[in-house]
Amino acid sequence: MFSTALTWSDLAFLAQGAGMTLAVTAVSVAAGTVLGILFGIIRFQFGPYWSAPLTFALDIFRSVPLLIQLVLGNALQSIAKMGWPPFTTSCVVLSLYTAAYCTEIVRGGIDSVPVNTRRAARSLGMSWWQDMRYIVAPLAIRVSLPSWIGLTLGVMKDSALVLWLGLIELLRASQILVTRLQEPLFILLLCGAIYFVISLPIARFGRYLEERWSPND
Amino acid sequence: MIEIENVHKSFGPLEVLKGIDLTVKKGEVVTIIGGSGSGKSTLLTCINGLETIASGRVVIDGTDVHAKGTDLNKLRQKVGIVFQQWNAFPHLTVLENVMLAPRKVLGLSKEKAEEIAVKQLTHVGLAEKLGVYPNRMSGGQQQRMAIARALAMSPTYMLFDEVTSALDPMLVGEVLDTLRMLASEGMTMICVTHEMKFAREVSDRVAFFHQGIMAEIAPPEQLFDAPQHTETKKFLAATH
Repeated sequence: MFSTALTWSDLAFLAQGAGMTLAVTAVSVAAGTVLGILFGIIRFQFGPYWSAPLTFALDIFRSVPLLIQLVLGNALQSIAKMGWPPFTTSCVVLSLYTAAYCTEIVRGGIDSVPVNTRRAARSLGMSWWQDMRYIVAPLAIRVSLPSWIGLTLGVMKDSALVLWLGLIELLRASQILVTRLQEPLFILLLCGAIYFVISLPIARFGRYLEERWSPND
Repeated sequence: MIEIENVHKSFGPLEVLKGIDLTVKKGEVVTIIGGSGSGKSTLLTCINGLETIASGRVVIDGTDVHAKGTDLNKLRQKVGIVFQQWNAFPHLTVLENVMLAPRKVLGLSKEKAEEIAVKQLTHVGLAEKLGVYPNRMSGGQQQRMAIARALAMSPTYMLFDEVTSALDPMLVGEVLDTLRMLASEGMTMICVTHEMKFAREVSDRVAFFHQGIMAEIAPPEQLFDAPQHTETKKFLAATH
């Protein structure tokens, strides 16, 4: 017969951890997406030559393991006497990490809009901004959405690494309970199930949007 | 009036326009014929500033298209262009495709833009397709939608760049009928086309382009029945 020492307050503790995971993910994905859109437009608009320094900087964030970025980020803010709490440091590093990937998603999305479609928009007297807003953005979002959903889910899982900065998110909360209760399999199963439950709505929302748009394309 | 003076244009080392001179008066229909790569389509994109030029001038109603400080967005409102590929905005319905520019560029109200869009779509025979997305229509219908989209801006001049070239032969007629209707209504048009019968029928003048130069320009009867230039004769013999 299955029995566990897990109490309601332990479950509440896990829920708090899940809340922290969601908070770090939401802030990082939001900031990373805004930066990614900005950098993606710069990368597309200025071409490979003029945006080379930006591409190089973003390549660093894409190549270096996230754990190293978090530890170095924390060390740098400490050396610079910024006094950031772990939550801020985690969000800053994760945002830049997200932005590095999002930039390529955005650039690819803009690139997918046929030049002739943009030409048709400009030939009607639309400005660059109107072309971007009313033609490029809706079409690029359709192309980029699946990759962006994948990135968001990836960042949510990668956010587990912020435990190294002392932030008690879902995985760290599970670790603490495993140490105390000595029920690793059950608690990690529960932890995985919570990750699944919080990921599912994002994936489902993405699929809903894809299905809603696809009949028109 | 569109005045084209000694226009040169190159793509890298390749000079595609080698000193074109052409004046098109209001109400006039000029068609441009010629082989592939003769510079016909490039000239159209230079007229409304979608392409830059190396030298020369394009002046539309007194405005130098390629001069520094020219508001190209404003200028393009009076020079509509329809391309070989219709370039529908796939995320918008037919009605929204036509309404977009009047609303966002001209700043018209939704009601007014819709009124204009419905009028133009009815004009080109697409009144039944207002709520349809472009991918559910034939190439001919999409091309007529592109014409209505350009007309909705109430342009003074219309440029047509081989608008039937990408169409199934069965669908060419419906698009040419739309162009004939516009010509009969007095629209100033420059049409690049491979449809010789159409060119003969609607044009006030026909220009023959060969390797970046305008080899010959004349009224249709003269150009088709008594061409002067050797290359025009060769081209017409090959197309008959």
